[in-house]
Amino acid sequence: MDKHDLSQNKQPKILVFSTNNISDVGIDLAGSSHMDYPTTVQVLAVPCSSGINPVWILHALETGFDGVFIAADGGDCPYVPNCTERTAKIVEQAQQLFGAKYDARRVKMGAICSVCSESFVNLIKQFSKALAELSQSPGKSPEEEH
Amino acid sequence: MTKRRLGVFICQCGGNISDFVDTEQLRQSIEKNSLVMVAQVNMFTCSDAGQQNIITEIINKNLDGIVVASCSPKLHLNTFRAVTRRAGLNEYQYVHVNLREQCSWAHTHDKKAATEKGLRLIRAGIAKVSLANSLEKLRVKTLPHALVIGAGVAGLRAALALSDIGVGVHLVEKNHHAGGMVLQWGKMFPNDKKGSYVIKHLLNEIHRRENITLFTNAELLEKTGHIGDFSVKVRLGNNDTISLKVGSIIVATGFDTYIPQSGEYGYGLTGVITLSEYEELLASSMETLQYNGKEIKTVTYIYCVGSRENTKTDKPHLYCSRYCCSATSHAAKCTSEMNPDIRQFHLFRDVRTYGKYEQLYEKARNNGSIFLRFDEKSPPQVKEEKGRLIVRVKDILTGGEEIEIDSDLVVLVTGMVPRENAGLVNILKLPVGKDGFFNEIHTKLRPVETVIDGVFICGTSQGPKNLAESVTSAMAAVSKTGALLLKGYVDLEPFVAKVNADLCTWCGNCAKACPYSAIEQTIFNGKQVAIVSPVLCKGEGACVPTCPKQAIDLEGYTNRQIESMIDALAKEVINEKTDA
Repeated sequence: MDKHDLSQNKQPKILVFSTNNISDVGIDLAGSSHMDYPTTVQVLAVPCSSGINPVWILHALETGFDGVFIAADGGDCPYVPNCTERTAKIVEQAQQLFGAKYDARRVKMGAICSVCSESFVNLIKQFSKALAELSQSPGKSPEEEH
Repeated sequence: MTKRRLGVFICQCGGNISDFVDTEQLRQSIEKNSLVMVAQVNMFTCSDAGQQNIITEIINKNLDGIVVASCSPKLHLNTFRAVTRRAGLNEYQYVHVNLREQCSWAHTHDKKAATEKGLRLIRAGIAKVSLANSLEKLRVKTLPHALVIGAGVAGLRAALALSDIGVGVHLVEKNHHAGGMVLQWGKMFPNDKKGSYVIKHLLNEIHRRENITLFTNAELLEKTGHIGDFSVKVRLGNNDTISLKVGSIIVATGFDTYIPQSGEYGYGLTGVITLSEYEELLASSMETLQYNGKEIKTVTYIYCVGSRENTKTDKPHLYCSRYCCSATSHAAKCTSEMNPDIRQFHLFRDVRTYGKYEQLYEKARNNGSIFLRFDEKSPPQVKEEKGRLIVRVKDILTGGEEIEIDSDLVVLVTGMVPRENAGLVNILKLPVGKDGFFNEIHTKLRPVETVIDGVFICGTSQGPKNLAESVTSAMAAVSKTGALLLKGYVDLEPFVAKVNADLCTWCGNCAKACPYSAIEQTIFNGKQVAIVSPVLCKGEGACVPTCPKQAIDLEGYTNRQIESMIDALAKEVINEKTDA
């Protein structure tokens, strides 16, 4: 178990912003298909990626996430036609907020459709790997409170 | 604010969750939270007993917020909202945690880590509900008119049923004539009425109805508006367009027949035809069956062409097309009724003449059809030899013996494929499944609804179906439409943007970012501020990231809520991070 704990601790913590109607459905599908991805990946669903506040992304890194992945709707967005451009701008703004404190690569956007379970798992694994390579932060230990 | 009194209900989902996540451990951890008055584990929280239990706890413990941690909110969000309402609590004081699709089912190999993740997810749910405002739904008027796209049998039948219940219909068909695929079909099970007869009957009725308008050679060009009140633009003929107002849209655009690749089971050779071509031949033949001026004495059917292709690598159709086994058995019956001396060989992988259609299979066998079973890995070979069509098949049922069938006609039993509809998909933002057909929200629980509110799908546009099943789903789409439109209003989610007028200094960024022109300038306490129209706001939140003062919030997703959820999700991590 110790060995497992160790490997678990090494997995980068990723906050995923999904969208209620599209990408969250695709992420659900990954689960229903029992496609494994790291348990350190946690999903927070919002209506649309164009409504993600860059401040939240900075906040996630400040509270201990190693990276933030935006599962955007791409062309499938039912709300705004230029959702991808808007979301890309939010990513840029977040990166400006990072300043010198965090590497710009800690936030990433990918288009995840409502059946894109495979691409979600692939992208999140790639991102996880990239974050692990990026991380030269001291080791983290789970908080002892439950 | 006084201290919240929360209840947390964790579902085992009959093992779907509790086999991979330690639900009891979750309960014990959650129970320690000082805001949590009750934390419970249920086998099935969605069951009647589970729902009643939540109501009892809300009332007895005087709860002012609940968290349900179970399956995806796509399945039971409305169930538990109703439960919350029945207990006399505002339904937005309930938050759903996705413990199954996004936890137990995704992490089936690591119970400890999955349980830890589950705990963080529930904590985030608690954080969210702690800051939840009580909200009321926004009521929008609905127009008693529907747009039906596709005038095949599903669309025609839907239009008539809508008309019956008092919903006006604009029926739009891309082709020059209505009727779809069924129009070309010959005799059909069980009463041998021809497809053209059925369609003619439906069309006569359509023309009699004053509240149905049929547009042929017409196509949807544009859709704006929202559930209950869509504005659509339809092309009529080559040049004209018409603008219509409808409350909902039913998509019944049907399927395409699989066209075999050249050389697939000898396709391209004279005498190798598809099932639909054979049906046309049957329908047009009177007493003798002839092809290319030659009398047919032996017909060989090859099943599952373009369906259930588990070995094909290039764009395989993995699904069963449902109708073809029955249709072929029916064709065999019709063939033997025309001329009992015609020999018929059925080369199949599995026969799926389910339900009543089993009678057709029995009939075909009793009339002399011979069924030979082949393995997908060694499919039948079709060759032309000395002017004859020779089919060779290894028959599994006789231990793999190779049988040679000298055939006059080889009928490839082709399945259904999704119709190419990129334009429509783009206009309606229809969700397309992996198989290329349109996706409903839930196959079993919400079989004709899509993620786009007010847009329904039915018939073979959502997957292979036989005629009866197509019409059944059309009726389902009609009843959903009726339930939506006849009430006269629809309640929309109150998750709209709101401005904190104290913080707002009016820069106009939010108004510029809003794609729905829902934000305007107003005066509050003598200063310029932004104000949101809740009916125009669609709740996507595009204004939120543009506010330099953090003065605009989306209900249900406020800055405070999201940040406290992030805190909860991150809670196990304590070290400060420093990037190199």
